[in-house]
Amino acid sequence: MIEFRMPALGSDMDEGTLNEWLIKPGDTITRGQIVAVVETTKAAVEVECWQEGTVGDLLVPVGDTVQVGTPLATLLEPGERADTPTGRRPHKRTEPAAGAAAQPAAAPTKPPGAPPAAPGHRRWVSPAARRLAGSLKVDLDAVAGTGPQGAVTISDVEHAAAAKPAAAPAAKPTAAKGTAAERAAERAAQMRQAIAAAMSRSKREIPHYYLAEEIVLETAMSWLTTRNAQRSIDERILPAVLLLKAVGVAAQRFPEFNGFWRDDGFQPGTGVHVGVGISLRGGGLVAPAIHDVPDKKVAELMDDLTDLVARARAGSLRSSEMSDPTITVTNLGDQGVDTVFGVIYPPQVALVGFGRPARRVRVIDEGIRIVPTVHATLAADHRASDGHRGALFLTAINELLGQPDLLEK
Amino acid sequence: MKTTYRTAVHDALRDALRADPRVLLMGEDVGRYGGTYAASKGLLDEFGPDRVRDTPLSELGFVGIGIGAALGGLRPIVEVMTVNFSLLALDQIVNTAAALRHMSGGQFSVPLVVRMATGAGRQLAAQHSHSLEPWYAHIPGIKVVAPATVEDAYGMLGPALADPDPVVIFEHVQLYNTSADIETLAPTDICSAAVRRGGTDVTVVTYGGSLPKALDAANELSLAGIDCEVVDLRVLRPLDDDTILESVRKTHRVVVVDEAWRTGSLAAEITARVAEAAFYDLDAPVARVCSAEVPMPYAKHLEEAALPQTAKIVAAVQGLFGDRS
Repeated sequence: MIEFRMPALGSDMDEGTLNEWLIKPGDTITRGQIVAVVETTKAAVEVECWQEGTVGDLLVPVGDTVQVGTPLATLLEPGERADTPTGRRPHKRTEPAAGAAAQPAAAPTKPPGAPPAAPGHRRWVSPAARRLAGSLKVDLDAVAGTGPQGAVTISDVEHAAAAKPAAAPAAKPTAAKGTAAERAAERAAQMRQAIAAAMSRSKREIPHYYLAEEIVLETAMSWLTTRNAQRSIDERILPAVLLLKAVGVAAQRFPEFNGFWRDDGFQPGTGVHVGVGISLRGGGLVAPAIHDVPDKKVAELMDDLTDLVARARAGSLRSSEMSDPTITVTNLGDQGVDTVFGVIYPPQVALVGFGRPARRVRVIDEGIRIVPTVHATLAADHRASDGHRGALFLTAINELLGQPDLLEK
Repeated sequence: MKTTYRTAVHDALRDALRADPRVLLMGEDVGRYGGTYAASKGLLDEFGPDRVRDTPLSELGFVGIGIGAALGGLRPIVEVMTVNFSLLALDQIVNTAAALRHMSGGQFSVPLVVRMATGAGRQLAAQHSHSLEPWYAHIPGIKVVAPATVEDAYGMLGPALADPDPVVIFEHVQLYNTSADIETLAPTDICSAAVRRGGTDVTVVTYGGSLPKALDAANELSLAGIDCEVVDLRVLRPLDDDTILESVRKTHRVVVVDEAWRTGSLAAEITARVAEAAFYDLDAPVARVCSAEVPMPYAKHLEEAALPQTAKIVAAVQGLFGDRS
């Protein structure tokens, strides 16, 4: 029996609303299949399931808001048979919607005499962790367990308590159904809160250091122009894609910038999934991932980027895109600023910023020339890397952009 | 200067015999042979056959004589060669020594000390190697102690002799050759457990021959960043709950190491007490490292495999830490 749980779609998410089930009991699901749509403060996200099996029960009805980690459905592993008595139904909330919304954190409420809510065993929480959670007012359903067999320990509760204080008061007013405009305003306010929590945590916890370099784009631009000449207008590749690819390839070579700082240690990312900062029309931003950037052709990345931006703005991102970025690129060139010094999105350890590509005066080969350049910056976590390596990383991006053929390998 | 556990036991016996004319030592081979583990070498010469007596091979008989001597006003120290042999004297110890004070309404007490060797590790097989301390710790009316250090090997005999009721002392055979730098040996107590190593992450509760293994495991674990507190029970009956619980409330994790078999062991008793009194302080299930539930094998590799070892203790401790360890 596998429990499929509400995923954390980014470090700033602590609850989500189930908008739609795309599966029903008895369905066979394959790895990576999109099984539900979950609404977060940022977007409606298509949630993938990374386990195979047959859907047992759906535990959370559409419209409910539940904490990250709450079981949403049970899956039977391939070959496993449903051993629970037939006729056991998933918990239907009998209370009116308003009642349910009043306690979004609660695990499915048990009608008297009902069988236990979670199949298998109930969530393991050590007695000491449970007591501490009570005194710190930490919601255990939202705490991921790292103890033996995934049990929640004192340390997990302490981490959750340390991470929460800013977010806790803001999380309440969900699901008050109003007009579309009210909901949009509500979501904008929540997104502001989410960004506030993530960025406060970043600046509170991450000792940033910053490096900057002006990169001459002459070769890159002419390479791109030659290529784009052979393409129709809607297939043309933007310079931003080359920058993205260069960051991805460099991050592969310098793994200490690609991954996460967790539990007092650096965990390298598996693969290079570059988060792309995308500002949303209603305000706020998201930074979903383009997966496996170093392995993709430039044209492929262009398609991915176009698709990602469109879906981000339509509010239909996938869970893996929200949770997978291993490094982030922010590009404020459109807004016309020369340079951007970014704030790292925790638990990532690096963010590369690009300003506006423009024609600027440079000394090249003892002559004064006017060439297209872009200001690249690196904001990096000093716990995970040092300035010397940061400089080499930034230089690698520069060199890759000077030899664009390398990027198409 | 290094003092061995064996020397400490010897000196404790000698000093007790010198200090009080009522004290006598008896048992199999304690006189001419100097003791199976050489703990009474030279005592026959110094104190003579009235006070250091070799006995026939009859535990039932000579432990009974010890009880009679104690009732008559002497302070006998009876040595039983191993705990396995002491089963022949269980009737004397359990039915008589432990019960007389209570059955006589307090008119009689039995100030008897019984010393016995216990434990495995010397390839002495299934009739000489077991750890049956938990059986004795089960019995009201006696005190049971297990000196695990050189200090206690000397220091526990004095208070044991001074106690008005029977005291059983377990000396683990693997400890006789251990040694420590000690200036002067002095009496200790027979009422408290001792923290042998302070730590913050996990409490390892043990006693007797497993103490050195637990300390080795703690050293090894410290390299992995796990800070073990090691509690030496010292007294197996009555248990010093306060010391154990205070440590558990600090570390929130417990591993009990007991060379006896797991079923019905002291490890089981300690686990139960922790669950009763410190349940809400636990951050992980209690873990136990005990001997395999087989009669102790003779073959060296099998004997080693059957016993608690440092590596097993390390693994048990690590098992209490999940992803963060």
